[in-house]
Amino acid sequence: MTGPSGVPGRLRTALAAGRFVVTAEIGPPRDADPDVITRTAALLLGWVDAANITDNQGANVRLSSLAGSILVQGAGVEPVMQLTCRDRNRLALQSDLLAAGALGIPNVLLLTGDHPCFGDHPDAKPVFDIDGVQLTWAARTMRDDGVLMSGQPVRAPPRWLIGTVENPFAPPTALRARRLAKKVAAGAEFVQTQYVFDTGLFTRWMAEVRALGITGRCKVIAGVGPVRSLRALDFMRSGIPGIQIPDHVVRRLRGVPGDQVAREGIDLCVETIQQVMEIPGVAGVHLMAMGFERGVPEIIQRAGLSPRHAEPAGAAPAGRPAALTAASARRRQPPC
Amino acid sequence: MRSGASATGQPRPFRPRLGPRLTYALNRLVAANAFYRKLAAAIERHPRAERWFTAGERMAKEQMFGCRMCGQCALPATGYACPMTCPKQLRNGPCGGVSADGGCEVYPDLRCVWVTAFERAEQTGHASDLDLLQRPVDHREAGRSSWVNYWQGRDEGLWAAVGEDRPRPLLRRELPVVPL
Repeated sequence: MTGPSGVPGRLRTALAAGRFVVTAEIGPPRDADPDVITRTAALLLGWVDAANITDNQGANVRLSSLAGSILVQGAGVEPVMQLTCRDRNRLALQSDLLAAGALGIPNVLLLTGDHPCFGDHPDAKPVFDIDGVQLTWAARTMRDDGVLMSGQPVRAPPRWLIGTVENPFAPPTALRARRLAKKVAAGAEFVQTQYVFDTGLFTRWMAEVRALGITGRCKVIAGVGPVRSLRALDFMRSGIPGIQIPDHVVRRLRGVPGDQVAREGIDLCVETIQQVMEIPGVAGVHLMAMGFERGVPEIIQRAGLSPRHAEPAGAAPAGRPAALTAASARRRQPPC
Repeated sequence: MRSGASATGQPRPFRPRLGPRLTYALNRLVAANAFYRKLAAAIERHPRAERWFTAGERMAKEQMFGCRMCGQCALPATGYACPMTCPKQLRNGPCGGVSADGGCEVYPDLRCVWVTAFERAEQTGHASDLDLLQRPVDHREAGRSSWVNYWQGRDEGLWAAVGEDRPRPLLRRELPVVPL
């Protein structure tokens, strides 16, 4: 998991060192304008260890995650390239994995993906040739054993770090920790979870994860994010599959005046980060800001986490002095 | 709930028509043995017999499990809830989109087939089956008899135990490297 320069990736180094990591998410645009991505990356530069580049998020056509990862990397932020089984068969998946290796993308995140019926092309053919667990297995086999799914040799195997996802809150909840164990057996080295709003359930799930010995082999990164409005709240509850928001959280957000929902959502996000940091075995947070990337530095600071450039992990963001980065990021903070 | 799951059309979660205990009991009737192996080999030698046998298997399993004739049956390892009726055809467990009441992400009125599988496996003491790593489907087998494949030992590599520290590479049959 080195870039073309041979420098080990920041996320891998930080996870291996046991440092609490912060990852964020960048959704590529629905056009061919690279500036949107580089602008978002600039907001995160110096504040996160790596940023996920989503793969046609929500089954909507976007610039590809491979191209997005390269743009983000060019902007100095380490990418985590997401790859779903929804749009590609096993040939295309393996081909993109090789491409990611050749282009020095240090991390991949392998998942099944939302069904096309939720996106902008509900008339599309859902591929799902293999599932997320099998893709993880194929990636591990490709990297460590140097073979494709066909058994053909890969002479120069890729070296990315393999990540996956899990939703601790979706039924059957009693199976979720074991399902993660299966993905870890298949080859996952880190996992990012669905949004944590129910910290009680998450704590119980983490206890199961620890009991299964998963945390020794796979780093668990808790998914968090700010709810910015009541509309966003409704969308997350009904428009995105698999997000579960407990009633007490809904009551809290609905209980404040309309102009303070955004603030309350950020407070809630900060509190959630502080709570999951206390849970043994949680290796970091994955901040899904959904378009509110300019607020990421504030959330990180208020949660008591230090900016990444202050930490001595791996490759420093290329090309820009850390202090300048921090200052410019602070200037972009919302006035509220 | 539309019950007519069929090998054509989009997969929809199917609730098995037989209780879990009965299905495990019935499985013993078709468990591989020397007789079935010979029978399967004989059936394969005669295209017409194979057609009739496959049609019979399709009819029976479609009624009982919503079978979609993938030709490599995972039912014994999934509580006899067919994973190919999952809209994403997931062979290794539920996706993250299952709703709080256990509904399918794509068809919220239908129960997630993996929620059903988990309940059935738990009830019968087979929950550890769900820990098996299921290998990718060989799409060339679609429409063929999975019993004939199973009786001839072709399904032996269909899954691997998680306990194996390093599960064997994905190559599960002697796949020809050159396309057929």
